[in-house]
Amino acid sequence: MNREQASRVLQQHGAVMVLGMLVIVGSLAFDSFATPANAASVVVSSSFLAIIAIGMTFVIISGGIDLSVGSLFVLGGVLAAYGSQYGPLVALALPLAVCGVVGLLQGLVIARTGMAPFIVTLAGLLGVRGLMLAISDEGATTYLVEDRAFAALGQGEVLGLSYPVYITAVLAVVAMVLLQRTGFGQNVYAIGGNEQAAALMGVPVARTKVSVYVMSGLLAGLAGALNAARLSSGVTILGIGLELDAIAAVVIGGTLLTGGAGGITGSVAGVLLLGVIQSLINQVGSLTSAFQQVVSGVFLALVVVAQRLLSKAQRLT
Amino acid sequence: MAELAHDRGGRPDGRAAALKPQVYAWVQDYGVYAAVLALLLFNVLFTPHFLDAANFRTQLVQVTPIVIVSLGMALVIGTQGIDLSVGSVMALAAALTVLYLGYGWLPALVVAVVGGAVVGAAGGALVAYVGVQPIVATLALLVGVRGLANVLVPQLVEFRNPDLIALGSSSVAGIPVIVLIAAALTVIVLFVVRRTTFGRQVVAIGGNRSASELSGLPVKRVLLTVYVISGLLAALAGVLATARLQASDPTSLGLFIELSAITAVVVGGTPLTGGRIRVLSTVMGALLMQLLAATLIKHNLPQSWTQMVQAVIILAAVYATRKRGTR
Repeated sequence: MNREQASRVLQQHGAVMVLGMLVIVGSLAFDSFATPANAASVVVSSSFLAIIAIGMTFVIISGGIDLSVGSLFVLGGVLAAYGSQYGPLVALALPLAVCGVVGLLQGLVIARTGMAPFIVTLAGLLGVRGLMLAISDEGATTYLVEDRAFAALGQGEVLGLSYPVYITAVLAVVAMVLLQRTGFGQNVYAIGGNEQAAALMGVPVARTKVSVYVMSGLLAGLAGALNAARLSSGVTILGIGLELDAIAAVVIGGTLLTGGAGGITGSVAGVLLLGVIQSLINQVGSLTSAFQQVVSGVFLALVVVAQRLLSKAQRLT
Repeated sequence: MAELAHDRGGRPDGRAAALKPQVYAWVQDYGVYAAVLALLLFNVLFTPHFLDAANFRTQLVQVTPIVIVSLGMALVIGTQGIDLSVGSVMALAAALTVLYLGYGWLPALVVAVVGGAVVGAAGGALVAYVGVQPIVATLALLVGVRGLANVLVPQLVEFRNPDLIALGSSSVAGIPVIVLIAAALTVIVLFVVRRTTFGRQVVAIGGNRSASELSGLPVKRVLLTVYVISGLLAALAGVLATARLQASDPTSLGLFIELSAITAVVVGGTPLTGGRIRVLSTVMGALLMQLLAATLIKHNLPQSWTQMVQAVIILAAVYATRKRGTR
């Protein structure tokens, strides 16, 4: 294995390796870290961010970015709680429909006008938050989840893990297959790698871009709905800055922001890595959540520097 | 807005032929001014007490931190970059100010501004010398520096230093000192962009980095400097906001100001693709968003409307300016 191959492996699987190391170190250092209860709590609390990060991975690989997911997550939760009075089906369909349409609109604007995804989804972030406030009396009304069946979707447990974890796992596998084994996935990589070249080769650039933003919107809405089911209410103050967490997780996972490279495994590992860091800091006890932010920031900086050096070694850029 | 176009005397080259590109060009150059004027006119006519000096002063003071931060943001965006760390730098500045206030307000201000410059240098170094994408480099700083500010000052701290309070609340000839400072900074940045070699280099690098490198411009040094300036200005905004609040609040000071600043720059017609910096329009962009929010609130429209209208304005501004501004 030469240096280029080694650096490629490191870039693609570095997050998993660091995750493994951290788990081992944590287990040795703290008695209460490697317990089933703690592991379950890390996995459960990570699952919602993981769902969002899966959608973000598609967007970033295609060379875009989606800043609206945090707002869509909150909107999805509020809509799900509101819809739950009409039964579990409405509770699930309403957030998915609205968030999917928002994703569709963003995708259409980005694909048809050529405006920067950063700006379009920044407008989405603001507009969707406004929409969420508008349907919740400026955030004053917290709809409660009335429907038992829907609440069970977020709270029910199998083998000590709640349903959202399994849903996340299934979504991750589907996303992996979609990205690695289908023509659509190849198109996403092709567009992110070189849009003009992809267009010349006959890749349906506009359609692929729109699909990617629809997926991201749907997944953010789903994550919000599941979270509402877990909390039994459509909380209006969550999800602030969640888009940045998702981007951080995707980047830590080895997906390049320049597009054209990356994968789902890395993103999920990135989300878990953020969760494990938080859990480790909680183990130390005396350290505050502020300190956790410092560690996350330093960690993210180290990761991007390492990635940059690795991609230089691969002569990617 | 059409009448306003004539009010401003129109453009001498406003002939019928090839009108559409000229309309785009006009909107790009003067759209934000026209929008501000239109909103002002609307408020003078329909908002009671709008022209009260107190109301005017409140609006200006509120928008000051955003204006100062967006000046730095405009420079960064001019190089095709972006600086997400500005809000956290404001928080760090607030923390440092209150920590060093024991030595007097001036040393505290200097420490805070140096702190901001150091954060800017860290981001700039990652971008210029390591080659990390600006959005990720400054995202790491957004997360880490906010945490650092919270570690230094875990909760809101009120202070009694009379000089610092005076900086935040006193006026000269009826104009608040912090507004005068923002105006002075605007003039300085305008001068730097239009009249100095450094300003030309910033624009050149944003326009075409490899060409700039090939023509021997000190690309990396200029990039680093731009992020240092952004950090410096954000820290200054943080100190001024702290002085006005008469309390240091690292948990919530400057939260999401990066989005407001980016909005101001973009609405002002500076393209995200770099190579063009519009300083006065950026200030107008910040004023427009502030005025818009104030107008909607004064007319009893809820905050949710404000955010949705802001979203529409961002899209409209970028759509209108994309023809000529983007490459």
